[in-house]
Amino acid sequence: MKKLTNLGRFSTIFVIGFLVTLWFFPMWRIDLKAPQYPGGLTMTIWINDVKDDVDVINGLNHYIGMKTIHKEDFKEFVYLPMTIMIFMGLGLVVLIWNRKIGYYIWTAIFTVIGLFSFYDFYKWEYDYGHNLDPKAPIQVPGMSYQPPLIGYKKLLNFEVLSQPHIAGWFYIAAGALLVFISFYEWRKSKLA
Amino acid sequence: MKRLSLMLCTMGGIVALQSCKMKNTDSVVQGDAASKVYVAPGKYDEFYNFVSGGFSGQVSVYGIPSGRLLKVIPVFSVNPENGYGYSEESKPMLNTSSGFVPWDDEHHLALSQTNGEQDGRWIFANANNTPRVARIDLSTFKTTEIIELPNSGGNHSSPFITENTEYAVAGTRFSVPMGDNDPAINTFKENFKSTASFISIDKDNGNMKIAFQIMLPGMDLDLSRAGKGPSHGWFFFSTYNTEQANTLLEVNASQKDKDFIVAVNWKKAEEYVKAGKGTRLKAKYAHNTWNEETQSAVSKVEEDVLVLDPTELKDMVYMIPCPKSPHGCDVDPSGEYIVGSGKLAALIPVFSFSKLQKAITDKNFEGDYHGIPVVKYEAALHGEVKKPGLGPLHTEFDGKGNAYTSFFLSSEIVKWDIQSLKVLDRTPTFYSIGHLCVPGGDTKKPSGKYVIAYNKITKDRYLPTGPELAQSAQLYDISGDKMQLILDFPTIGEPHYAQACPASLIKDKSVKIYDINKNHNPYVSMGEKATKVVRTGNRVDVYMTAIRSHLTPDNIEGVYVGDEVYFHVTNLEQDWDVPHGFAVKRNNNAELLIMPGETSTLKFVADRAGIYPFYCTDFCSALHQEMQGYLRVSAKGSNVPLKYGTGESVAAPAVAPASK
Repeated sequence: MKKLTNLGRFSTIFVIGFLVTLWFFPMWRIDLKAPQYPGGLTMTIWINDVKDDVDVINGLNHYIGMKTIHKEDFKEFVYLPMTIMIFMGLGLVVLIWNRKIGYYIWTAIFTVIGLFSFYDFYKWEYDYGHNLDPKAPIQVPGMSYQPPLIGYKKLLNFEVLSQPHIAGWFYIAAGALLVFISFYEWRKSKLA
Repeated sequence: MKRLSLMLCTMGGIVALQSCKMKNTDSVVQGDAASKVYVAPGKYDEFYNFVSGGFSGQVSVYGIPSGRLLKVIPVFSVNPENGYGYSEESKPMLNTSSGFVPWDDEHHLALSQTNGEQDGRWIFANANNTPRVARIDLSTFKTTEIIELPNSGGNHSSPFITENTEYAVAGTRFSVPMGDNDPAINTFKENFKSTASFISIDKDNGNMKIAFQIMLPGMDLDLSRAGKGPSHGWFFFSTYNTEQANTLLEVNASQKDKDFIVAVNWKKAEEYVKAGKGTRLKAKYAHNTWNEETQSAVSKVEEDVLVLDPTELKDMVYMIPCPKSPHGCDVDPSGEYIVGSGKLAALIPVFSFSKLQKAITDKNFEGDYHGIPVVKYEAALHGEVKKPGLGPLHTEFDGKGNAYTSFFLSSEIVKWDIQSLKVLDRTPTFYSIGHLCVPGGDTKKPSGKYVIAYNKITKDRYLPTGPELAQSAQLYDISGDKMQLILDFPTIGEPHYAQACPASLIKDKSVKIYDINKNHNPYVSMGEKATKVVRTGNRVDVYMTAIRSHLTPDNIEGVYVGDEVYFHVTNLEQDWDVPHGFAVKRNNNAELLIMPGETSTLKFVADRAGIYPFYCTDFCSALHQEMQGYLRVSAKGSNVPLKYGTGESVAAPAVAPASK
């Protein structure tokens, strides 16, 4: 079994470091802008919370029958921090074990977590945008209000922009680093 | 040749005629006036201009240089528009020792200062008619305190403040007997006194208290200013009617060649107070404070006041002779010069504080006025501005060594140099200017960019609106050598004095919403689940909430004719600019305007049975028109149980089981 390169070993520290930012910065932000909200509204998603203008957004969305957003309704806010914590623990195992195969497996796990998180986020957004109260005061036939997973969308009078926040970018960087180093390790083993 | 000379003569005549044309706006407004006052849509003005409302009893706020009206702050008059003086919480603000007074005449304003510079914390306002002083909080633009003044009539020389807002003063225009006595009016000379009240201001929370009153001989105290810098510790009051007339003052109070400027050494007064001097006189006066936590006012009636008599307590008060019924009494930014404006005089005397001090030390007196030493006119005089105009009233300063004096009779503003006393420029006002305002013009550091004229006569300045017209304010650019008229703007009420400060002092600390978690109104409903209707005898308390776009409860039954119904409406919103309104049909009362996170109470008594619609009066959302409800009022003695709710129809009233 081949050992990790120095770069590979160092990278585990960086990946773990990048993921620690999830506890200090939001991972995602959804910005809304409408004529009567000149300063815009922002909802930030953290690893274990939703913050900023959530109450205001909840107040507005009841007109079109969208559910109100409450921290307590998201089991993700319990599971996600746990999962990332375990993943970081595995990183230490990879570092100590010092085998390339460990690193490959670690990367694979991250890819699975990443893909599943996006799938879960998309599923919530779909439900949030489609599962509307049939008694809602404003009903626009054929209209649904699913926010974009990433990027820009116009929903009635609101312009919506969804994008990673600081910790989100670090998370993406962690993924990129893992894939890059895995490839690098694999190339090194070929050359050796 | 003859014909030619005749022609030339005629032409000369026409040219001369042309040049004699009287000044009007066309000849005054020139150049780039429009661009100087243009504030593009969505942009902010550079200054807040707080303007007294005169007989409206309120304070209005304009943006400068645009002249746009931003807000009217209710102070001494009820305001049905937002429920001030009508809601149960605000009623005590207008309480006096004689009960509820719904109106007053508001003349002068004073922005709080620290080290002689504006600090943007509070603005003080006077009530002339029923003597009072109010404090308005500039983070909420709300009247938060009002104190009544005993032994006072016509609280005119008020509420001018000292350079660290230690005191706001209140000098009485009408001399009145001390206490609630009723001597014959023609015993004025023996029994009537004028008082200068010193209201101390708590430097942290602004709370007011009458620290002491200085009892002066009967005369009319007109205006006043605090000293600053070297003259800090002194206060100056202009006086008229030192003739002590009690009838036809127009003639009888204009007899003497000179009246006085009263110089009060308030630091000395403080020493006497500390030493336990003075007399506590019985006096009833109300002191009303708004509590931001309970969101309601409390009125307390005080019982006595400390009075200092300058004929006994020496070295505290001096008089300076000042020509012909002085009105304005203004202190320049350096604190050295005191400008007295004899409103019937044809010159402006400027007094020197250092000369006054020397005259006092040297006992350079010409006599006394009812026991108060009178300093020799020349001994305190810096000099006179000769032939400045007719009827000087008030003076403000630009911080560059210039003074700007308003002239009522000759309807103009005259700019003159404080040191040399030379007139530098003059510009007409339309028409008959009263007060004028330079932003910070009464402080150590004026912002000498504009002067604003508040005119007493409007006539043809705007489209006619019948006999009753708006008042006319005018904005002049004073950044150059020549004053330049750049804007007319109509104002509400009748502005007297006004103050202006840079917008940056206030705008960023302006409160947007009230935090509902800090709402300690005893009648708050913390959420819709907490709403209820409680009957206690014939009193019915409705704990109601408002949120876009429904009221909870919106169906109420079981209320009877004659019940005193109190609607305690809590606005649950926590977003900027989402107030809700509340009104009930046929209510002998006004409406409520409830800010986000606030609780307000509206009293309602039904005079007959029926269904009483109630609704939100402030357009709050696309479904504002749906924000409504019904109150069922039944005949007294009928058997309709108390029922209330929102969202489900109220169950049919229980019918009395007659068959059983």
